[in-house]
Parts: sequence; C-alpha cells; structure tokens
Amino acid sequence: MAEKLRATPLLDELEKGPWPSFVTEMKKSAAKNPMANDQLGILEHSYRDKIGHWKHGGLVGVMGYGGGVIGRYSDLPEEYPECAEFHTIRVNQPAGWFYTSDVLRKLCDVWEKHGSGLTNMHGSTGDIILLGAKTEALEPVFSDLTEMGFDLGGSGSDVRTPSCCCGESRCEWACYDTMKFTHELTQHFQDELHRPAFPYKFKFKMAGCPNDCVASVARSDMSIIGTWRDNIQIDQKEVAAYVKNGLDIDADVTSRCPTGCIKWDGKALQIDNTNCVKCMHCINTMPKGLAPGKDRGATILLGAKAPIIGGALLASVLVPFYDMEDAEDIYELAEEIWDVWGEHGMNRERVGEFIQRIGLGNFLEQIGLEPEPEMVMHPRTNPYIFFELDEEG
Amino acid sequence: MSTPAPRKTDIGPPHYEQFLPEVIKKNYGKWKYHERPKPGVLLHVGHSGDKLWSVRAASARLMSIETLRLLADIADEFCDGHLRFTSRNNVEFLVVDESKVDPLIERLNKEGYPVGGTGPGITNIVHTQGWIHCHSAASDASGVVKSVMDELFPYYDGSKTLPAKLRIAFACCLNMCGAVHCSDIAILGVHRRAPVIKHDQLRGQCEIPSTVSACPTGAIRPTTVDGRETVEVIEEQCMFCANCYTVCPAMTLNDPVNDGLSIWVGGKVSNARSEPMFSKLAIPFLPNNPPRWPETVAAVKNIVEVYAKDARNYERVGEWIERIGWPKFFEMTEIEFTKYHIDDFKHAGETYKRSLHFRQK
Ligand code: SF4
Ligand code: SF4
Ligand code: SF4
Ligand code: SF4
Repeated sequence: MAEKLRATPLLDELEKGPWPSFVTEMKKSAAKNPMANDQLGILEHSYRDKIGHWKHGGLVGVMGYGGGVIGRYSDLPEEYPECAEFHTIRVNQPAGWFYTSDVLRKLCDVWEKHGSGLTNMHGSTGDIILLGAKTEALEPVFSDLTEMGFDLGGSGSDVRTPSCCCGESRCEWACYDTMKFTHELTQHFQDELHRPAFPYKFKFKMAGCPNDCVASVARSDMSIIGTWRDNIQIDQKEVAAYVKNGLDIDADVTSRCPTGCIKWDGKALQIDNTNCVKCMHCINTMPKGLAPGKDRGATILLGAKAPIIGGALLASVLVPFYDMEDAEDIYELAEEIWDVWGEHGMNRERVGEFIQRIGLGNFLEQIGLEPEPEMVMHPRTNPYIFFELDEEG
Repeated sequence: MSTPAPRKTDIGPPHYEQFLPEVIKKNYGKWKYHERPKPGVLLHVGHSGDKLWSVRAASARLMSIETLRLLADIADEFCDGHLRFTSRNNVEFLVVDESKVDPLIERLNKEGYPVGGTGPGITNIVHTQGWIHCHSAASDASGVVKSVMDELFPYYDGSKTLPAKLRIAFACCLNMCGAVHCSDIAILGVHRRAPVIKHDQLRGQCEIPSTVSACPTGAIRPTTVDGRETVEVIEEQCMFCANCYTVCPAMTLNDPVNDGLSIWVGGKVSNARSEPMFSKLAIPFLPNNPPRWPETVAAVKNIVEVYAKDARNYERVGEWIERIGWPKFFEMTEIEFTKYHIDDFKHAGETYKRSLHFRQK
C-alpha cells in the first residue's frame, strides 16, 4: 500500500548530514504503513510546538502477562487517527544481540503484518523494541512471536529483561560466560519477568570484565562483573614488541596504574599482583601481551539506578568475589533480596534506595551475608552507632 | 477455520547459540587477543589462529523493517548472514573472509550506515524515545542525537581521534532510560515549571494519596477546588522531577518554552585506572531549538574540543577534569558557573570543597 507522506518541513532538515537519519527510517516505513505515516505527522507536530503528544499508561498487554507492553496513546487522535493507539512491545533479545539474517527477516515479517514497521535495535534495557501497535494487534503479534521462538521482555515492577556483553563469544577478557549465564537466568526467572510483583523494577546486567561495556554498575539493580583473583598473565615477548613498535610504556601504561604496582625495567614487565586492583588499564593497552588471570569469577554489586525518586546511585559491592560455578547460588541470593525488599520496600522504591534507607549493615544481616571491608570505601566517620541492646559488658 | 494452536507462554528468549557463526562457536571462550586494523573494524584472533573481523556500522537506533532487511541482505552477501548489535545500538557484521572487509565497508558507507565507532573517539549516542514515543519527554531524543553526531562525525569515522574514548548519552527526562548519569558527556532533558494540574481529570485518573506520596520533596498537598477533591503543588518546593506525572497523568509538566536540555560531564562506568564516577553538571539549561538544536550541538562540541586539546593519552573526560580541577574546566570551556551548579539535594555537603588545593589561575 503506497502512502502519501505527511509533509515534514522541519524533520526534513534531519535527513541531511552523514549520520544515519531516523527521519529517513520513519519515511521508509511511512511509505508503506499508515500508522508510521501518522507517527511521522505527529512528530512533525511536536517539532512545531515543542512538546510531546503522547499520553502515558493505560493498561494493555497480552493475556496472562503483566509486563512486556507499554501502553501509549496520542493526545491528537483526530488529526492522526492511525497512531491514536501506538503501543510499544518489548521482545526479549537473544543474549549478546546476535542474529542471523534469517531470523531478522522473520521478525520483520511479523512486524510488517501487525504493526507500524518501526523498531529500536535495541531499547535501553536491551529488548528488541517494536514501536507502535494497536491494542487489537497485541495478541496476534505475541502468538506469531512465540511461534518463531521469541517471548516478551519485562516492564513495570518486575524483573526487567536481563542483558549482557558479548563475553566469551568474542572477547578475550571475559572472566565468565556472560551469555550462557544471562540466558539461563532469564529462563529461570520467566515468572518474575512476566508477572510484576515487586515494589519496583529489578534489572540484571552482566559484564565479562571490569571494563563493564554494558554499564551494569550504573544501570542495574544487580550487576555481575567478571574479575579474577590470581596473577595477570604476561607474555614478555609481546610486551617488548609493543614497546619496540612505539608504545610509550612509562607514560601510557605504568604511570597510569592506579596502585603503582606495575614496572617496566627496559626489558621485562613486573606486576606486584598483591596490589593490582584489576582495573584492566594495562591489559586494555596491550591486549596481545597481557591477559586477566586464570582464577576467574565475578563481583556482584547491588543497587544502581537513575535519579527517580531519591537520586541516582551507582551499584555497590555485595559479594566481592564469586567463582560463578553455580548459577543456583545467584538465583538464591536474588530471591533472598526480593523477599526482604518485597516485604519492607515501599512502593516504587528501588532496591538501592531501600538499602540507603535501612542501611547496608542491616540489609546484609537480613539477607544473611557477613559484612566485609570490600563493601565500603571507608568505615563510617560518624559516631552514631546503633549498638544492639543485647550487647553488654 | 483451523483450530488454533495451544497458546505458548513463558518460553523466554531463543537460545543465542543458533545465531552464532561457526568461528564463534569454535573459538568461544578461546579468544587470544584483538587489534583495531582500521577505524570501525575489530580483529579478534583465537588461540586456534582463527580470525574474525567485526565491521561496525552506525544506526539511528530507530529503524524500519526495510532497513533491517537491507542489513540482512548485506550480511548474506558478505558474511553468511551473521550480524549482531552492540550495547550502543551499532550493528556489527561478523566476517571470516578478510577479502570481504573492504568491500563491506564500502557498501555500508554507500548505503548510509557509515563504519566507525572503535578506538579513542566517539561512537553512537545511547538515547531514549523523546517526542517519538514518550509522555514525559522534555525534548526530542533522536533529533538531538542526529544533530550532535552529524557535527562530531569526524570523531566517529576515525578522521579525528581523541585522547581516550568519549561516551555520550542522551535522556529526555529525569527518568533517564539511558545511563546518562555516568557518561563522559550527558545530555539530559529538563522541565522547569511545576506541574499544571488538570483538576477536572485528576479524580478520575489518579488516587490522591499515591499522588501526594509520589513527591520526593513533599510539595504536593490534597486540596479542594470548586468542590472537587484534588491536589495542589507548593511551587517553591518543586524540583521538576516529574515523578508525580508518572503516577498521575493529570499533573502535566510539558512546557514548550520552559523545557530544554542540560549538559553533564565526566562520568564513566569502566574501572580502567579510576573508579566508576557520576557525571556532574556543566550547563544547567539550553533551549529546545528543533530541528537541529544548535546551542546544544555547539556546547557539546566545545567541551569535546577543549578536552581533545588538553587531556593526556588514555585520560577520560572525568579523569582529565580531576587532574586540572573544576575551576580550570569552567575557565577553559568558558562555561558560566552558577548557583545551580552547587548541589542542594541529599548529601549535598559532601560536594563542597574543604581544602586549599587550588591551581594557579
Ligand atoms: S565487558 Fe569486558 S568482557 Fe565484556 S565485552 Fe567488554 S571488555 Fe569484553
Ligand atoms: S590491571 Fe590496573 S591495577 Fe592491575 S597492574 Fe594493570 S594497571 Fe595496575
Ligand atoms: S528518559 Fe524520560 S522521557 Fe525519555 S523515554 Fe525515558 S521516561 Fe520517556
Ligand atoms: S515534579 Fe516532582 S517535585 Fe514537583 S510536584 Fe511533581 S513530584 Fe513533586
């Protein structure tokens, strides 16, 4: 079906320049799809009057699921009738965001049949985003998606779609198999992902090493970041080759080590591994010469979030090192946390805020973990200690 | 009519393994090192000696199925149909035949999906929905991102480099659907007026107690207007967070004149050298000026250029500022320091200077 495109003099400006244009993308869909065409029109409208034209909420979804669809309605339904209902469908991505051309085409076919033809590859949490479905299309999309082996992701106060870096599939620095772990975790918590029952959302992100390419420390309630405990592996010949090829090893590597534990004497590299904090810098600069140690696992951190409501948080250390041998241990830990937070957390209070409110020490006690000095930047500076009343003498 | 198949639920995502190319299956967990042979290309080498070239192309993140089909065709032509997306919305073609790399780059550039985004430079901007699809957006996301990336393009395609990688993120409201609070440069949509309350709709759409308790500063009080139960906002107490709007659609914040953008700098998430850090406020407000947001583009470019000139190798923006000090940052960028830069939320005192460690002016 050929559509006469909505006039978009302002948006047309954004088709110029070298960066791929989202306007061009919208027009490609709009040429065939009336929903996308009205969406183009409504966006031009926003560019004209400098406000958005979407209303939030409205409970929509597929039968038996409490998440995965974000209801969206426009406030200009008469002018742009085709996108009056324009819901977002979150589709759980395959771990690591790998596709074949085949499966990508099948996804396109489903979306051509039922929706606007517009997507995000991918959304902020990691899902495939199908942008713009009418309410009546939701069940049919869902049925076609499950038929080809895909399922919805999370939304609302549930486990949000876990995501990870590509890890061992293509990165020599991965200290555990992020994709396998993420896939299994996602399968394990399908119920928690599809049926919101928490005080607020709970995100998992998995990064294979302290470079944290998925920003898990900033973006996930539970962040699992690969690391190691033994010595950095050194190939002295390759290190020497970097120097010979012009790397200024003093300026760019050793003097940048945060603990000053790495030395180059002109012939060999020496690392005082007892003082290495596994920051990755030296390894990043000489990937051929250095590699993480062999005793690998991960650090588990808790509580990152964006500002709403009580201010932004970075995640903080909960388990300094776990060998990642048994995923069950992490499932149990997560469930412990959900029990405590589920019972005592306030509505729309993320787990990080909850911990700030009750104190990390109390939280640890409730989930049954021992306090360790790795969990703090430094001990408390104020003397207002809530001594327990049964301590005497 | 045929009988419908039983409804499938809770099947979870498809297993990734079926989408991996052979070379990855074979070298999974056994990669030895990688190099960056040219801008936009990563070469991974396995202990087996196998090689994999990943060719990284830009995307607008918002993509039509026509484009996805085009990418699928390109993948068929050059790399047996194998591709992946990155956490920053780039697309990577997974190539095992070295002779295909250059023709693939040429093809992607020709189709308008330029290759780049590796190494010490700027890659795709993580961003949010904006006016395309969100109710609380204080600005559009895609338009600002497109305008900024057009301007900074030489840092993407490798024609210019930076001392270290520089990660930009965009979020259109304080909900921050992208991790903008820990980015080298963050662009954040802000509201600047208290919610306008639609008293006639409030009772029908919202619960009064949950609306009152949604406000982190306690600015919302129950009241009666024209005999109707509703709420009021003590404007001096409002910090324009829009939390009430998320809970109650009748508390609208969108404002064509007073919404706009703020700029934050110096955050990072990696542990390399320094610990992860938050981005800090550089510019509290810039106007919404579609379609190309020239003030915002110029502000970001200015910060990038000052950093490019002054920072040392491997120094991220935040590390550079820590070395030179904030007074110098404001001096060098010629950004005005105002009272808005001084924190007044929880734990604000921790950000006040307590030493005499000042550098020469
Ligand atoms: S987080 Fe580490 S392991 Fe994962 S892709 Fe990045 S560098 Fe590789
Ligand atoms: S990983 Fe970081 S802390 Fe450890 S030796 Fe290398 S630079 Fe130093
Ligand atoms: S950042 Fe705010 S406005 Fe933007 S998509 Fe997220 S919730 Fe919507
Ligand atoms: S915008 Fe935020 S601070 Fe202002 S009234 Fe609403 S919830 Fe309170």
